[in-house]
Amino acid sequence: MAENVVVGDDAVDLSRRKFLTTATVATGAVGAVFAAVPFIASWAPSERARALGAPTELDVSKIEPGQMAIVTWRRQPIYVVRRTPEMVEHLKGHDELLKDKDSESSEQPPYAKNLFRARLPEVLVLIGTCTHLGCLPKQRFEAASPEMGASWPGGFFCPCHGSRFDLAGRVINGSPASVNLKVPPYDYPSPLKLVVGVDETQKGAA
Amino acid sequence: MAAVQGSQSGPTPERKGFLGWLNKRLPVDEFMRSQLTGYYAPKNFNIWYFFGSLALLVLVLQLATGIFLTMFYKPGEATSFDSVEFIMREVNFGWLIRYLHSTGASAFFIVVYLHMFRAFLYGSYRAPRELLWILGMLVYLALMAEAFMGYVLPWGNMSFWGAQVIVNLFSTIPAIGPPLVEWIRGDYGIADATLNRFFSLHVVAVPLALLLLVMLHLVALRQTGSNNPDGIEIKKKLGPDGHPVDGIPFHPYYTVKDVVGVGVFFVLFTIVVFFVPTFGGLFLEGPNFEPANPMSTPEHIAPVWYFTPYYAILRAVPNQRMGALLMGLAVFAFFLMPWLDRSPVKSIRYKPFISKVALAIFAVSFVSLGYLGLQPAEGSYVMLARIFSVLYFAFFVLMPIYSRMGTPKPVPERVTYHAH
Repeated sequence: MAENVVVGDDAVDLSRRKFLTTATVATGAVGAVFAAVPFIASWAPSERARALGAPTELDVSKIEPGQMAIVTWRRQPIYVVRRTPEMVEHLKGHDELLKDKDSESSEQPPYAKNLFRARLPEVLVLIGTCTHLGCLPKQRFEAASPEMGASWPGGFFCPCHGSRFDLAGRVINGSPASVNLKVPPYDYPSPLKLVVGVDETQKGAA
Repeated sequence: MAAVQGSQSGPTPERKGFLGWLNKRLPVDEFMRSQLTGYYAPKNFNIWYFFGSLALLVLVLQLATGIFLTMFYKPGEATSFDSVEFIMREVNFGWLIRYLHSTGASAFFIVVYLHMFRAFLYGSYRAPRELLWILGMLVYLALMAEAFMGYVLPWGNMSFWGAQVIVNLFSTIPAIGPPLVEWIRGDYGIADATLNRFFSLHVVAVPLALLLLVMLHLVALRQTGSNNPDGIEIKKKLGPDGHPVDGIPFHPYYTVKDVVGVGVFFVLFTIVVFFVPTFGGLFLEGPNFEPANPMSTPEHIAPVWYFTPYYAILRAVPNQRMGALLMGLAVFAFFLMPWLDRSPVKSIRYKPFISKVALAIFAVSFVSLGYLGLQPAEGSYVMLARIFSVLYFAFFVLMPIYSRMGTPKPVPERVTYHAH
């Protein structure tokens, strides 16, 4: 380091210069991180997208038992199935086929964490996107149908990668999906008047 | 010839007139000498050495056609699909510009895969070219991002559902997955916001990154020099003029060779553009000729052919998170090649039989997975995809072991070359 030693007024204090360089770089880096915040935040859903995510209503009494209606909420298809008493009864008989019969690892509001995965046993409300990679499972409600095989409990079949779900949206063994279909927040302000996107904890738009 | 020889050795002669004026201000001659006429490449290149320059050609072709497509394309949920149809039907020669661009995307992957396989054959990823290889892999990653986002832009139904499937892969990341996916989409589903940001990234950000990475790839290549089919370093044998005895100036020798490659490439490329632009649904998929419909999944979702090997691996795994993880590892494994290969020789020409078998199995697995990724995920297709996925990963995982097995053939001192 001897060559760096300069005597007289031109002497350079290298340790001081190093400190100043480090301090400048560190301050600049902190500034760069703060400057990045608005750009990163700009990618979050806009106010308009949030407003368009407002709750959706449906009169469930207009759905025939055994039939399904699809409404959209936040760009997601919401499957509303009016289950028949036989369908409800049938949910108990095939626990051995299910990956997660008690819905321990799936996303659902607390009032849907039960055998029916619903507020009312006869009305199933699901987000109709496969928990595997987001395709739309198709309805295969008939149990033991020739197409789906003798052990088929009735439910949904995803044509993309072959995931299967029962009539409570619970995933069936051997499916690429690992998690039961999601249940959105929903409520019945009056009997069978379904509102998707609102419940005790979520009031109105997000 | 004499003039060329003169420009290779010694300082660049002083020029007069305009070129003299120019060279005092811009190092044109110096650049030509250092990058082309004075850059020595091994004289034993074979057909595998066409694909680097062809990749550069396709990059330029994609930039040129992309600039013109951007003049007519209107990003947006309501306008994208219609504007692509407008380009196809009403813009003068719009169909040609778009087919050049869409065929160019597939051509890009064909030449890049062959370019990468060349490196596998001759050990071009090995020291001292590890960084060259990694920069090339980063180009490949950028290219995959570019191709994926480009495929979303026409806003056909396969665009929509492809984006849905690929973006949802990020939701498998523990804890941050779901909010990350919402941030990527900018909405609660694949939407206008998603389409517009993909447009911006596809047209501005990723091409800039690609150009930077390609430049770094070339700079790193100039630093180490090219490998060759014998996998030996030509810089170890220098002639009296200080240049490698087994090297020849890149220009004019390899520029002329590459021009021939460009000619052959354009013959094949234009046959596809003019006669089979969809390539039977492989380059442009049937469901993408319908507008995006969030309420209707195509009967069978498959990505474009160049992603299908990884897609087959994704679908072969019964667990979703593991599938996504293995898909990522399948790409990441390439980065480790320089350190996985422990063979005493670089080139397949001198490697023992077991290494040749391993590379053959890998090539067959990659192509087979590519085929299986296009098929529906059912029955024997899934079982085959599992077998080939295991073989695919075995190639990488077992490489430190099998690459040291067997006795390599003796490597020559000089490159194998017969004058024509």
